[in-house]
Amino acid sequence: MPDTNEKFELLNQAIEELKDQPGALMPVMQRAQNIFGCVSLDVQKLIAEKLGVTLSEVYGVATFYSQFKLKPAGKYTISVCLGTACYVKGSQKVLDRLSEELNIPVGDTTDDGLFTLQATRCLGACGLAPVMTVNDEVYGGLTPDDIPGILEKYRELEM
Amino acid sequence: MENMINLTIDGVQVSVPAGSTVLDAARKANVHIPTLCYLKDVNEIGACRVCVVDVGGRALQAACVYPVSEGMVVKTNTPAVRRARKVVVELLLSIHDRKCLSCPRNNNCELQDLCRDLGIEDDNHFAGEVIEHKIDDASPCVVRDNNKCVLCRRCVSACHKQQNVGVIGAVKRGFGTSIESPWGLQLAQTGCVGCGQCIVACPVGALREKDGIKAVDKLLESGKHVFVQPAPAVRAALGEEFGLPMGTPVTGKMVAALRRLGFEKVFDTDFGADLTILEEATELVQRIQNKGVLPMITSCSPGWVKYCETYNSDFIPNLSSCKSPHEMLGAVIKSYYAEKAGLDPKQMAVVSVMPCTAKKYEARRPELSNNGLPDVDEVITTRELARMIRSAGIDFANLPDEDFDRVLGESTGGAVIFGATGGVMEAALRYAYEAITGQELKQVEFHEVRGLQGVKEAIIDLGSLKLNVAVAHGTANAQKLLDSVRSGEKHYEFIEIMCCPGGCVTGGGQPIVKSSKRAAVNVSAERAKALYSEDEGKPRRKSQENEELKVLYSEYLGEIGGHRAHHLLHTTYTARDPYEQIK
Repeated sequence: MPDTNEKFELLNQAIEELKDQPGALMPVMQRAQNIFGCVSLDVQKLIAEKLGVTLSEVYGVATFYSQFKLKPAGKYTISVCLGTACYVKGSQKVLDRLSEELNIPVGDTTDDGLFTLQATRCLGACGLAPVMTVNDEVYGGLTPDDIPGILEKYRELEM
Repeated sequence: MENMINLTIDGVQVSVPAGSTVLDAARKANVHIPTLCYLKDVNEIGACRVCVVDVGGRALQAACVYPVSEGMVVKTNTPAVRRARKVVVELLLSIHDRKCLSCPRNNNCELQDLCRDLGIEDDNHFAGEVIEHKIDDASPCVVRDNNKCVLCRRCVSACHKQQNVGVIGAVKRGFGTSIESPWGLQLAQTGCVGCGQCIVACPVGALREKDGIKAVDKLLESGKHVFVQPAPAVRAALGEEFGLPMGTPVTGKMVAALRRLGFEKVFDTDFGADLTILEEATELVQRIQNKGVLPMITSCSPGWVKYCETYNSDFIPNLSSCKSPHEMLGAVIKSYYAEKAGLDPKQMAVVSVMPCTAKKYEARRPELSNNGLPDVDEVITTRELARMIRSAGIDFANLPDEDFDRVLGESTGGAVIFGATGGVMEAALRYAYEAITGQELKQVEFHEVRGLQGVKEAIIDLGSLKLNVAVAHGTANAQKLLDSVRSGEKHYEFIEIMCCPGGCVTGGGQPIVKSSKRAAVNVSAERAKALYSEDEGKPRRKSQENEELKVLYSEYLGEIGGHRAHHLLHTTYTARDPYEQIK
């Protein structure tokens, strides 16, 4: 894993390589996200300066496309399925409860960097609906009241 | 010969140059097509779809961006077109804060006009979810209320294209879209220069100046001696707020109105402008003689000064150390005049009426003070003055003409033209010519520095010295000029820069002109005419001929650019990081 300085060096190389092509902003941002896992403030500032665009433009693009992340993903990414079967079986309530317990909106990461919450389409486990995954672990047949216990398990791992 | 395209609009034959839009052609054919996001030369993006027309294809097209073609048949008012426009406006209304009665743009709103013209019957036709936005009023200059935003992006274009500042933009997408600064910052936390060009670009009430009227009322009730001074450009535009034609100078009525509002004395920022010329042109001559930092750049425009400090801090040594005219006059009121009138400066307050929102910020700069007292206590814009006049029930159009109070009320033609781009340069040249050649300047008009070209250049013959000068207005133009100086491509001794396109006459605090009128008349040129005609009518047209000013120097300040003048009338600057406040 390269350290921060090395990552910025890689980003500078990517900018040099792409800056003369028309519409360089998005490809540069994609490369930045591959290098850093997100396009944070420092990264956006550098891109704006090097490409001669404003921070407003970079931030506008970063918030327009949901694929761009402003913060690095948490250690545990929680993905709640909102596919038809899961939705019918109440996965929205599960997602709402997660949002409430973690105190972040969907798509965001907790301040301690532990959890990222996201909604996904069908995970192909409809028989277990409603379903969510935490990294590679699958949880099925969920009710909102299962959530605090599951979160606690991961928090304890960090103690 | 230009390649002309022939088309028919609502049965009217019209011929326009290739590359024109349907909207351009319609205007030529005297066919009115309603618009909302369109702002000529600033924002032409076809975003709002209010201007849709039938061009014969399956889908309706946005006239403001759709190019004309030979033989095209355009219909602008079929029932389908009218229905489509109505739906667009009804959708906008569904997320719009419709408290029109208390809106600063009530009766001067392009959305209200559309509702009236399109016959909107239900302002809540598409009732549904509404996002409640927090009002950003932390900036001393600009207040943003996104509950009233129609997402037209006119402010964004003004900020990026005209001003090269770009501290606002569209954030997120779809229903969640809003216009704001990056990373959730308030405007005050960004490199916003406070120019207010976003405000005069806004079709609705989403942007307005930070209110200064309440603070002025407080001063008027405080028992203090409250003095007022209006800037040159105010008199060129204030009349528009009261139905007078654009370009009507209203100096006498403005003075009468200010007196009726209860100010103790009505002094003239133009006096401060004459004072600025003496100090600034002397500084220029000294820099040339002593091989100081050149080119010297004017410092009257606080938006420009902040732009320089924030985005071009390497040019800070080039900025004239002169305070701006109203700050100079404020400093003189609280020192020279206080002494003359036997008043305690602590019991005095100075209110400036400015065409500018950045002046509100400038007045709060801690270095623009003397003995711990700010040179200027409060700044209101031309628009706010109009509001005060209206709410006081003053019949502006029928006021008699009155004159400024003495002994800080005299001014020359050189001061009056400060409000137009090139005006400060011209006034300085009227002084510098005589100071350097020792001969009388017979032809006082320097037409080469007038007009609305983005960057103007001239070589002025001052006998032994050929002075290379340049003038830029709008900070995007200023940036091009600075880049050419920085690269060594251009060499000048003296540069005038005004933050706003057109100079102060079209400043961010001036009466708002609707998009349709901006497309039809050149607002900067019309208002500048008022100033140039007032200059022509003045018995004295050179700042050095101002008699009250001569008395000020002989009785109080001493030498031009001398010790006392320097202490009271000059200032310093600070390099700034546009995003220093982001963590």
